[in-house]
Amino acid sequence: MNVGDNIPELRVTPDRFLPHRYAGASGDFNPIHIDKEFATMVGLPGTILHGLYGMALVARANAAAAGGDPRALKRLAVQFRGMGMPEQEIVVTGTVRETTDGRAVVDTVAEQSGNQIIKNATAELAL
Amino acid sequence: MPVDTSAKGKKYPPFEYEIGKEKIREYALAVGEDNPVYVDRVAAKAAGFRDIPAPPMFAVVYSAGAMGPAILDPEVGINFALMVHGGQEFAWGEPVCSGDTITTVAECKEIFEKDGKGFYVFESVSTNQDGQEVVRGTWTNIVRGV
Repeated sequence: MNVGDNIPELRVTPDRFLPHRYAGASGDFNPIHIDKEFATMVGLPGTILHGLYGMALVARANAAAAGGDPRALKRLAVQFRGMGMPEQEIVVTGTVRETTDGRAVVDTVAEQSGNQIIKNATAELAL
Repeated sequence: MPVDTSAKGKKYPPFEYEIGKEKIREYALAVGEDNPVYVDRVAAKAAGFRDIPAPPMFAVVYSAGAMGPAILDPEVGINFALMVHGGQEFAWGEPVCSGDTITTVAECKEIFEKDGKGFYVFESVSTNQDGQEVVRGTWTNIVRGV
């Protein structure tokens, strides 16, 4: 891994029931993620993805870039921005910002239809 | 109205979570982790894990029971109607595996106001049954229009 390298892109299209499965797996049953009526009542276009699901995709893309070993992911910091929606492709991309002492720092974003849903993500990988 | 910062520094009771193989499988499937180590004990051991490992972001599952009471604490006073989860950070240590008992302690680390928004920053520290730190989390919640 060298400074300026792009990590392999991760592309995922969550199906319409993904937020239900993620709610069950994570224990976060906030109705904005699973109840369309509630979501539209509070002004959302529909049910939205869990932010931490998007962060899990960013974690996956970075661990994969380090050879697939989850132990390589030492630190991950993200900011949640735009809303992610089911049934639209998410693209996770990243660029190596620095490499020092066997560690690489990767700047990562997750976007959907050109809208960043996770920005300023910084991953630290053990090489 | 300025934000009330009196809960800053408050710590919450430890929360214990026992890591289970099938919960890891359910979580790995939901987030699309297809590495066989998450479902196959033989593959996990061949890769050098003590047992089936949890994906790094499984931290949200075993930390949740510690974070809930902190974020919901009336003394912290978050207005949930106007709250968004603004940022999240995890720093991982010893891997978490099926059969581990993870204890998480949450603390209200910072409360401050910036650009008319309230920032509520919590820290969680999770350790395993041998006292090794497995993850440290920083959870930032932002409340608009304070």
